Amino acid sequence: MKIVVCVKQVPDTTEVKLDPKTNTLIRDGVPSIINPDDKAGIEAALELKEKLNDGSTVTIVSMGPPQADVALREALAMGADEAYLLSDRKFGGSDTYATSTIVAAGVKKIGFDIVITGRQAIDGDTAQVGPQIAEHLGVPQVSYAEDINVEGNKVIVKRKYEDREHILELPIPCLITALSELATPRYMSVKGVMDAYRAKEVKVLTFEDLKDMFNPDYIGLKGSPTNVFKSFPKQAKGKGEFYPDLSADEAVNTIVTKLEEKHII
Amino acid sequence: MSKDVFVFVEQRDGAIAKVGIELIGEATRLAAKLNEKVVAVLLGSGIKNKANMCIEYGADKVVVVDAPELAEYLTDPYARAIETVIKKYDPEIFIYGATSIGRDLAPRVSARIHTGLTADCTGLDIQPDPKAEDPSKAQLLLYMTRPAFGGNLMATIICRDYRPQMATVRPGVMQALDKDTSRKGEIEEVKVEFKPEDSRVKIRQILKEEKKSADITEAKVLVSGGRGIGGPQGFGILKDCAKVLGGEISSSRACVDAGWIEKDRQVGQTGKTVRPDLYMACGISGAIQHLAGMEQSNYIVAINKNDTAPIFDVADLGIVGDLKVIVPKLTEAIKKVKASKEVKKD
Repeated sequence: MKIVVCVKQVPDTTEVKLDPKTNTLIRDGVPSIINPDDKAGIEAALELKEKLNDGSTVTIVSMGPPQADVALREALAMGADEAYLLSDRKFGGSDTYATSTIVAAGVKKIGFDIVITGRQAIDGDTAQVGPQIAEHLGVPQVSYAEDINVEGNKVIVKRKYEDREHILELPIPCLITALSELATPRYMSVKGVMDAYRAKEVKVLTFEDLKDMFNPDYIGLKGSPTNVFKSFPKQAKGKGEFYPDLSADEAVNTIVTKLEEKHII
Repeated sequence: MSKDVFVFVEQRDGAIAKVGIELIGEATRLAAKLNEKVVAVLLGSGIKNKANMCIEYGADKVVVVDAPELAEYLTDPYARAIETVIKKYDPEIFIYGATSIGRDLAPRVSARIHTGLTADCTGLDIQPDPKAEDPSKAQLLLYMTRPAFGGNLMATIICRDYRPQMATVRPGVMQALDKDTSRKGEIEEVKVEFKPEDSRVKIRQILKEEKKSADITEAKVLVSGGRGIGGPQGFGILKDCAKVLGGEISSSRACVDAGWIEKDRQVGQTGKTVRPDLYMACGISGAIQHLAGMEQSNYIVAINKNDTAPIFDVADLGIVGDLKVIVPKLTEAIKKVKASKEVKKD
């Protein structure tokens, strides 16, 4: 079985701070990481491969600039068998529709039985690319997977949503989006890191390699149905009363008085 | 010619989700600016009797697809039904709740229809196309505003060339209209021809949580814990406090990631957006992703040892101190106040 995991390299948004003077993002020195939900997807794919133990493989696919090579090497170091970077200036500026068009073309070109994507990326938070890839590939999707198993030629997925869980049976091929709760990613081993840089390679697929797999009018900035009209920093809410050095009893009295004033108690 | 503002009204087990009613309310404001109508789209099995409720809350028309295939949410039959509705009516705008269902369904539909979709919006507006040469003749577009970059930035997105313009909208953000039983509207039933590939995914089992876990978005008071509570046992003292306040406990992402509490109590960018009357942040430093989910709360109290914690920037009342000492004392003090008020009532 060929398991393909789609990953995105993202800035670690938990490290992003706002410049209090200019109210703009400080992006310098913010580390790039594999998106957490995607990393759980990689782990789930590796565990599935180990459990099946039938020659199944794990292939990682990412769309991004050449720097995304690092993220793919990390996935290889975790134990993935192959990695592909879909990279071309023509892909730049893609919205989720255009991105999914390109990634689906790459996945189709590489071949797949099960595709796993993270539920959503922490920079865009859209959760749209996974289901859109599934539609472009013409395969069924299941979002928010907490557990994946293979039984014969069926994939059994437990998915969580709102007040319930579904245990679903999917045919192969299919696409599954992973919650970060799906699996706790393993660390890279020393040997894994050596292999990732010496024995394994990251294959790059460009526009030329993929142009027969999609409509060239549907990719990149021009092929994106949505456009960013403007972006702006969020208005910060004003600071209220602040007590840096009350005793515990004073603090309690202050809170109780306020809650009474506000008719909360 | 595309027209009207369509709203996907989500139901589970025949109960209409609150977000659907909120979106109908928002759609009436958008439709007024376009001089068009609000159409609610209701999918399910044995669901026809709920159509009138959509009208009472502001829909001019309700399109109902009632089919056994739609009893429980599955992507393929739902996407087929929405595709059928879009092809039949050619909507100008189609909005969905940014719920588990909406965020699974809408992208699938957008890829099939080939149109744009903006995720998790917190603001919608109708304005002329900014690129039009003559603004008076400009087409009116849907301006969709959403948080990006973990809530650090807001982005306004437009979809100029494809219809419907589609967005998912965060629950709890838009205002529902008051129910008005005198409102009149049309109800139309649409038949959908399902295809064999719509039943590729089969449900083996549906597990519902025995005790319906508390919905933190409905709570009037939330006592919320962060990394500073020190461990899963830290929620014990918060629970006691929440109990006397008639509220629920919630959490920052750190505690969920550490396995101290269930994910459905997480507040923030990747959790839930809440706006209770009182949000008490205990040992929460206030990462921007967390603030994004709670800063609309009516009154925010923050207790934290670190006097530079960003949570203090949004707190109405900020207390520097040890929550493990303060919160139990607070619980007792609130009990006393409440008891004294009970006596006065008698």
